Amino acid sequence: MTHRLHDHGRLVHADRPVEFTFNGKRMEGYEGDTLASALLANGQLLVGRSFKYHRPRGIVASGAEEPNALVNLGSGRRAEPNQRATTTEIFEGLEARSQNHWPSLEFDIGAINGRLSKFLPAGFYYKMFMWPRAFWKHVYEPVIRQSAGLGPAPAARDSDRYEHFNITVDVLVIGGGIAGITAATEAGGSGARVLMVEQTAHWGGRAPADRAEIDETPAADWIEDRIGALEDMDNVHLRLRTMGAGIYDHGYALAYERVTDHDPSDTAPRHRLWKIRARQIITATGAIERPLGFAGNDLPGVMLASAARDYVENYGVSPGDRMVIVTNNDDAYRTAIALYEAGVDVPVVLDARREALGELPAHVRGLGIRVETGHAVAKVKGSAKVEGVAICLQVGEGTVQEEIACDAVAMSGGWSPVVHLWSHAGGKLTWQADAAHFRPDPDAAPTGAGGEDFVAAAGSASGALDTAGALKDALAAARRAVSALGLKPSKDKPPAARAEDTDPMSPVWIMPEGAGHELRSKMWLDYQNDVKVTDVQLAAREGFESVEHTKRYTTLGMATDQGKLSNINGLAVLSDALHADIPSVGTTTFRPPYTPISMGAIAGEARGALFQPVRKTPMHDRHEAAGATWEPVGHWRRPYCYQRPGESIEDAVHRETVNARTNVGLLDASTLGKILVKGPDAGRFVDMMYTNMMSNLAVGKCRYGLMCSENGFLIDDGVVARLGDDTWLCHTTTGGADRIHGHMEEWLQTEWWDWKVYTANVTEQYAQIAVVGPKARDVLEALGGMDVSAEALPFMTWADGTLGVVQARVFRISFSGELSYEIAVPAGQGGAFWDALSSVGEAHGMMPYGTEALHILRAEKGFIMIGDETDGTVIPQDLGLNWAISKKKDDFLGKRGQERSHMTDPDRWKLVGLETLDGSVLPDGAYAVDRDLSRHANSAELKPGIEAGKNANGQIAMCGRVTSTYYSPNLKRGIAMGLVRGGPDRIGEVIEFARTDGTLIKTKIVDPVFYDKDGEKQNA
Amino acid sequence: MLILHCPNCGIDADETELAAGGEAHLKRFGPGSGDEEFEDYLFKRENPKGVHFERWRHAAGCGKWFHAARCTTTLEVFGTYSAQTTEPPKEICDKISGKRPGWAWRLFK
Repeated sequence: MTHRLHDHGRLVHADRPVEFTFNGKRMEGYEGDTLASALLANGQLLVGRSFKYHRPRGIVASGAEEPNALVNLGSGRRAEPNQRATTTEIFEGLEARSQNHWPSLEFDIGAINGRLSKFLPAGFYYKMFMWPRAFWKHVYEPVIRQSAGLGPAPAARDSDRYEHFNITVDVLVIGGGIAGITAATEAGGSGARVLMVEQTAHWGGRAPADRAEIDETPAADWIEDRIGALEDMDNVHLRLRTMGAGIYDHGYALAYERVTDHDPSDTAPRHRLWKIRARQIITATGAIERPLGFAGNDLPGVMLASAARDYVENYGVSPGDRMVIVTNNDDAYRTAIALYEAGVDVPVVLDARREALGELPAHVRGLGIRVETGHAVAKVKGSAKVEGVAICLQVGEGTVQEEIACDAVAMSGGWSPVVHLWSHAGGKLTWQADAAHFRPDPDAAPTGAGGEDFVAAAGSASGALDTAGALKDALAAARRAVSALGLKPSKDKPPAARAEDTDPMSPVWIMPEGAGHELRSKMWLDYQNDVKVTDVQLAAREGFESVEHTKRYTTLGMATDQGKLSNINGLAVLSDALHADIPSVGTTTFRPPYTPISMGAIAGEARGALFQPVRKTPMHDRHEAAGATWEPVGHWRRPYCYQRPGESIEDAVHRETVNARTNVGLLDASTLGKILVKGPDAGRFVDMMYTNMMSNLAVGKCRYGLMCSENGFLIDDGVVARLGDDTWLCHTTTGGADRIHGHMEEWLQTEWWDWKVYTANVTEQYAQIAVVGPKARDVLEALGGMDVSAEALPFMTWADGTLGVVQARVFRISFSGELSYEIAVPAGQGGAFWDALSSVGEAHGMMPYGTEALHILRAEKGFIMIGDETDGTVIPQDLGLNWAISKKKDDFLGKRGQERSHMTDPDRWKLVGLETLDGSVLPDGAYAVDRDLSRHANSAELKPGIEAGKNANGQIAMCGRVTSTYYSPNLKRGIAMGLVRGGPDRIGEVIEFARTDGTLIKTKIVDPVFYDKDGEKQNA
Repeated sequence: MLILHCPNCGIDADETELAAGGEAHLKRFGPGSGDEEFEDYLFKRENPKGVHFERWRHAAGCGKWFHAARCTTTLEVFGTYSAQTTEPPKEICDKISGKRPGWAWRLFK
């Protein structure tokens, strides 16, 4: 049983107890404990259930690579699933819950899957859940949803705060072990601006637990001394609990700081995302120990040898009473020594190598511990936890020689450098055969903007696994970085450590090497995703030979593992099955982040009101006071309608629509884009931008214009006013102002750069108000000032003048079909002008109206709306706008595109009006069913093998769709616009539109202008 | 995240300030052009593994367009230059030749 060791544990404070709960049970740990060490100290071996078979799982590792001990932390507004117990520091009142089991951790129904594992091989979901099709929705999906997945997503809103932080440095050192410290010391000494980040709460990495000695002092003292010296340097910043999450192009890096996870606070942010620009990056990210593949290697009680050592040395926790050690290298013997000295029984060290003659094995033998070379674990005994091991020879098929009782197993399959960060930005790897691992290839480093290397791996992250080698390697890496910055490297010798006399490790991928199917089907490669040796072998047999395909087929290394524990063992098994060598099989792609980072950290401050900027017109507060319901249009907020007490939204919209046709309405049109185009070549330029002729527009006149892309598709529309000989004012749609301004600038800067034209987006300089309705002129005349009579200011003209006391530019234009004036005044006077209009308008029954009334009014008139009638595939000719396409101009954007055969196809869907026979409102976006088989038979769509009335997929063919649909309160019936094949040629025909329930609505094709067809009202 | 030097305002701009504008040095074909020429102009784009010429806009900065010559595999930037030209400047071509002997991109070498 796991338990607390007294007088052990360099990181815990036995005099400061901390209480926490696990699955509601109160437990006690010490300050300095991780949740994992505290759970082990409380004898809690079982911490979770596996993803697929719901097997009982215990703690395997002591750091970020932990695959099993994922727990749900906190509750309510501080709930967070899938947190690693090994990287969670405990605090008073911490609540932790295990995941992925039902009804309880100890008794889990889902464990039946384990018994069925024979029937749940790799790719099971893909194979089994294909048929029958009807089962998918009602049987498979609910079952899979219930049994799959890790922790539940939190339901409450996050109460914590998160922030982003930007910093630029010369050298970023990722990893604060002895290699990182050595590199930071060298870089700091050169005068470079240095940032060193370390993901844990402690500097120094593994060296203290491994009892390294540096410069003839114990590693812990050397680390303290060096960190003290670094802290004294003004040009060096140090940050604990900060993980290098990713390295990106040109020296960009992200680091994830867990500011208050260990000490929840209502004032400080919980996480901080560091956005770093570094000229040079040193990845001193260490190495991760690999598990060994033997039957039953997933039982609670089986642990990495280094983790067992960490729990004893760092936290004073024993991983068991009697621990068997199984290894293929010398390093695991350190664990035997640490356990022995802590009083834990080590019955045997099983070493798969033929011989073990290094100084560590000699030391262990000297302690009287039994060492069996050439031996392996045949099988771990036990069902819910380790009860013993059966041992056998590594060569052979696993004939059991002896069974040894124990309650824990420490395993070591060798070490893999953490190459993730090196790989993120394109660094390549090289296979180091004698250590059986991939390490960064220094000749293929990620390159920066100048083609220079900008990442260097240091220490065990570059494959230098021993203390002396790591220190030397780190200093060399830092010197290269310092030289690359143009600074002077030191002449210091690397910190000194004694070179150990060690034997090389021997690659062991499965144990024993001749294990049959029975044993292989119990050898786990990926604990979290339940991938076994047999699954990878099956994937290879079924043709998933690419490592990326095998990963996706088996789920090896997916989820939080991301190639940490499972990677090399899985690759080795795959390459063996493919009879290929490991380097030729290669690795899967390492992608950031190194370990998961919180969504809160990614969002930072961008939440709630700060999520995105809101644009408000100068009359915003007037609308708010008048009870506006807001509609977001781009970043703008526009009133949708102005509800009165007792009214529904629909009532308000109808009232506003009718009032604009009978009395007078007031619309805030300030959001419409206003782009000034000016210069000697401005006329030539607007002729290229618009489909119609704009250069011949007289000063003082307005013209409706269409803009197309080079493809010929309609991208924007609006009224153009000629302000002077060399000046045009182009109105755009509300959402189009920035986009169209950018479009104009793109052509001016990159194609016609010799044309003398300036553009300016003056949208926000003006408040623009439309006064709309039969009494519009009366209102303006009541305000007093300039002559707005039909004679002085006819339809489609503009004039400058004064209205009331305000300087105004008045446009006689109409998007409603009513007598209408759009009045632009300086933005700062918009509010006062709105008030003035409202006050004189009252006597004329004037009411403000919102965007929905605007839409209904324009639809009653058959006016198109960009984004409703257009969707990026519609050309002006589809919308009956041929009158606005110049035939005189040699060229305009889109002209050539519109000449293509598909654009001139007579079968294109074209704009019509639609009236349901029963007067009801058509559903928006509804499609028309094609009953006209004779027409269809002639269509280019009909290809051999396609049944008439059906499309290529055998579905019912469609011949049109609804683009705008409203209830017209003026006509008291549903009206709609739509695109229909043959369009205007079919006026009078009745076609059918489908509702989502499959029923059909008989609809007559009509002219799209429903109201005042001759335009008498707008011309009044 | 790339850093490109904006030749218009002189700033070394982060990619978040920039908007990519696709391939540089397109020759416009308008009315009167053949279907094949127009198709090439509108749709056919280089997708090189190596030297590439691109258009960028310093969208969240000075708003101006410029051109960049860079390597799509190593992300090395050979240079940025004015968008108001039909071909890359000689010094940038020479620099590329020094680093990527034998390079070719559309009509340029």
